Amino acid sequence: MLYREAGQFKASYQEDQQIFTIRQDRIGFWAILAVFFLAVPLLANSYWLQAILIPVLIFSLAAIGLNILTGYAGQLSLGSAAFMAVGAFGAYNFMLRIDGMPFLVGIVLGGLSAAAVGIVFGLPSLRIKGFYLAVATLAAQFFIVWALVKFPWFSNYSSSGVITAQRIEILGFAFDTPVTKYLLTLAIVCALALVAKNMVRSSTGRAWMAVRDMDVAAEVIGIRLLHTKLQAFAVSSFYCGVAGALYAYTYLGTVEPEGFNLDLSFKILFMIIIGGVGSMMGSFLGAAFIVLLPIFLNIAMHSTLGGAIPASFASNLELIIFGGLIIFFLIVEPHGLARLWQIGKEKMRLWPFPH
Amino acid sequence: MKFKNTVVLGAAVAGLLATGYAVAQDQFIGLPSYRVGPYASGGSGIYGGWIDYMALVNERDGGVNGVKLTWEECETEYNNARGVECYERLKSKGASGNSVFQPLSTGITYSVLDRVAQDKIPMVTIGYGRTDAADGRVFPWVFPMITTYWSQNTAKIKFIGMKEGGMDKLKGKKIVNIYHDSAYGKETIPVLDVQAKKYGFNVIHIPVAHPGNEQQSQWLRVRQEKPDWVILRGWGVMNPTAIRTAARTGFPRDKIVGVWWSGAEEDTVPAGDAAKGYIAAGFNVAGANFPVIKDIQSNVYAKNKGNMEDKSRVGSVYYNRGVVHGIITVEAIRTAQEKYGKGKPLTGEQMRWGFENLRIDNARLKALGAEGFMPELKVTCEDHEGSGKVKFQQWDGTKWTVITDWIDGDKSIVRPMIEESAAAYAKEKGITPRDCSKES
Amino acid sequence: MGFFFEVLIGGLLSGVLYALVALGFVLIYKASGVFNFAQGAMVFFAALTFVGFTEVLPGWTGLEGGGQAVFWLAFVLALASMVVLGILTEKVVLRPLVNQPPITLFMATIGLTFLIEGIAQGIWGANVRGLELGIDDEPIGWLMDSVNILVSKFDVFAALAAGILVVTLALLFQYTRVGRALRAVADDHQAALSIGIPLQHIWAIVWAVAGFVALVAGLIWGSRNGVQFALTFTALKALPVLILGGFTSVPGAIVGGLIIGSTEKLAEVYIGPFVGGGIESWFPYVLALAFLLFRPEGLFGEKHIDRV
Repeated sequence: MLYREAGQFKASYQEDQQIFTIRQDRIGFWAILAVFFLAVPLLANSYWLQAILIPVLIFSLAAIGLNILTGYAGQLSLGSAAFMAVGAFGAYNFMLRIDGMPFLVGIVLGGLSAAAVGIVFGLPSLRIKGFYLAVATLAAQFFIVWALVKFPWFSNYSSSGVITAQRIEILGFAFDTPVTKYLLTLAIVCALALVAKNMVRSSTGRAWMAVRDMDVAAEVIGIRLLHTKLQAFAVSSFYCGVAGALYAYTYLGTVEPEGFNLDLSFKILFMIIIGGVGSMMGSFLGAAFIVLLPIFLNIAMHSTLGGAIPASFASNLELIIFGGLIIFFLIVEPHGLARLWQIGKEKMRLWPFPH
Repeated sequence: MKFKNTVVLGAAVAGLLATGYAVAQDQFIGLPSYRVGPYASGGSGIYGGWIDYMALVNERDGGVNGVKLTWEECETEYNNARGVECYERLKSKGASGNSVFQPLSTGITYSVLDRVAQDKIPMVTIGYGRTDAADGRVFPWVFPMITTYWSQNTAKIKFIGMKEGGMDKLKGKKIVNIYHDSAYGKETIPVLDVQAKKYGFNVIHIPVAHPGNEQQSQWLRVRQEKPDWVILRGWGVMNPTAIRTAARTGFPRDKIVGVWWSGAEEDTVPAGDAAKGYIAAGFNVAGANFPVIKDIQSNVYAKNKGNMEDKSRVGSVYYNRGVVHGIITVEAIRTAQEKYGKGKPLTGEQMRWGFENLRIDNARLKALGAEGFMPELKVTCEDHEGSGKVKFQQWDGTKWTVITDWIDGDKSIVRPMIEESAAAYAKEKGITPRDCSKES
Repeated sequence: MGFFFEVLIGGLLSGVLYALVALGFVLIYKASGVFNFAQGAMVFFAALTFVGFTEVLPGWTGLEGGGQAVFWLAFVLALASMVVLGILTEKVVLRPLVNQPPITLFMATIGLTFLIEGIAQGIWGANVRGLELGIDDEPIGWLMDSVNILVSKFDVFAALAAGILVVTLALLFQYTRVGRALRAVADDHQAALSIGIPLQHIWAIVWAVAGFVALVAGLIWGSRNGVQFALTFTALKALPVLILGGFTSVPGAIVGGLIIGSTEKLAEVYIGPFVGGGIESWFPYVLALAFLLFRPEGLFGEKHIDRV
């Protein structure tokens, strides 16, 4: 009843090609943006901003990166955490060694260094496919973390190998409170998500999807495989790199190479699978799910059971429930949360009629 | 339906009021813990001991001057991001907020370091964490207590010197440093190199890739080098694997000295007979015969309020380490209450003062039933470490026996390194170091 | 020269242990096309269940603790648990996901990893336990005395056990009815169904055998490193072995294991010092990656043919 296209006409190709063609979608989108930009900073406390919202945003960005590579271009990668590490350490070193480097440029340079590394480790994708490629990207994961630990230059010769992010200053304004950090992260993530969405809607994205579906046929119709695959690796690693830089600057404040381990790569992979492979919306939903679920389980365990069961068992129970829910989700909706969202929207279009 | 709703509502309100009242009088201690994952075995021991000691203080003494202790665990899984979330979640719980944050993970320590000053919650890292935070002038809110990695390393060299018959006998000897190839493992390389130059011994650093369940090539190399001593700086599965591989390659275990994260039952029991004779440093000792442990048994476990599911672990190295955590926390509360008033919960700032002025001498340890259990502690504004002493224990196949008295670290080597590193941090962050003479 | 042989032999024997874990992967991938990342957790669960039973059985049955009877009874019980775990996994996790893309199945097995880890430590506790198999982890005397080469008795025993297991499995696949049925299912599910091979039974058998392999691997690795959570990391050691040998080949697992084990140790000793050491973490992966560039399906893997 409310969610109908009746009466909305498009008078130009430009109008027809917009991301949100239905007016209700547009209104909904601007409303969500307004909530996140205006309402949340006023209402949320430091815990929500620092421990929930900022990591969800950062992981959404990393999930978008991995989605581009695995969801749209079909190249399975288990090294996303390593590219985040390259982005974080790259941004740190650029800001450290070049005086007066603006923060945003530093982050972009971090992302570009991650993209460069991504291209190098993406070269094998020309010969290797499927799970073999996934295990090969593990080479990237382990090698990069090893290199960052082994060569003290990357962490500026600190004895503990940990880098401490510098103050964030843009045009003289310092971003050091939770609210400002949150707004900065939100702005960067929104901008990059928009770029990603447009990229996948364009011929670039179509080339990726062609390669994903059947790369031999894609080559036959003239898509340059080398160029397309490496482009996917580069863009994906750029996004992961920027996410890694934000991880260091606006979230944790200090990072060590071991923090970007295989577990984190798996986490990001979980996010895109649960959220929905090949879907921008899915990246956000999956990131929210994976970040919030362990915390929610921990709080739920404590408040419902309290001292009734021993703490070790409670923690193990959390792990069991987490694994079980992942499996449950994969069985119930293998296309992820994005598909559930889509089904919801389709039902909304018919509401209040059943069909 | 309506009546049922009213009853439920009334019960909820009553419950809230009750908890509110209880909260108003209790000192809250947040407990970020790890009970799953590869380090859960050690973690469960530490948290068990800590919670048991706090339960003891509540049961036997009725709290600290009448203020009962409450705590809440938060699972970090030894993960930095979860640690930050736990920190934020526990920050404002309790009547006066979180008293202290003790993450038991160096990674989480670093991640939370910049927040504790703003949130005014002291961070106490006993035997791990950021070593240069021992310079309290630059890090007023961080306390790497009892001893840092650099201090214990110098104590180890002193022990080796002792075994060799004098520090001058170290000249020309060969020591291999087998370390976990991570930031934690690499931390003692500089201090070892400094001591090698000072005392004239030859040090060889051999890394072991994480997780360290394969050390064949490293120990074959040790066999080739034929060192006099091996220093083991491991964590987790690296430790028992190292001991077993050492046995396999024929290196005598009584010439291996481990750090205190390589010196617990969890590290020696899986290695079986191979571990006999292995020596490790520790800032707390094992043993269930101390009066404080016996008190815990009679006051807490007898009433079925004990935290350890496996009661045979009471008195193990990690359990006793947890008790040390409890002792330090409770004594800091007591110290702060002397200044700020007994009988009411303290804020984070008051707790910080309590930690900074903590004095636990042998007389106090005896009164607590912990004589010989942990070293004396004297924390000051400049020195947040407070002790620097370790004891050395040797595994005889079934238990740890203490083989030395408290050995001091070499402050003449360690302190300048700490101050240099802290000064560099202060410069990078634009912090002006405090002037300790001006503070009370 | 002697040192080189020591490292080489040690590496080859380690490689056999990696292959032992890889075998479990190969069995399941061959029969059902699922890349079971939970194999590492299964190794951990198997070892933990075995040790747990050895601890509680004396109390339940009155048998002498540490004796032969307890050992074998615990072994049988642990094997039974693994079989039950395998069958449950197949029924509850994999059957509902039958036609999903391989990535979904892979993620399901990762979810399964968390589940098994939680159950294992939830039931048996987080304590670290030792595991004694009765074989000393000491150098072989006469080898040491004659040519001064250090080879551990335990390593040789483990290699023998793995070798016997592989030979048995190879014979099983080649000469028995069940083995032929397994190969048929691996080739083409539809065709096997059409000639009357009971797919569900076959999958149950495969998971049970994989569980047995996990138990053997768990016992040997657990004896070496102690039965603790880190046993789950053995899966990461087995992955390069799988790439090198091919996901679907049993002899490939052994050959891959030998190559990875020996090159990894030799590289650590001879190349390691030049780059600061610790290269064992990534060297096998980079080696496997380089290998894949020449043979994208591994040494013995099935060639993947793309049809447009």
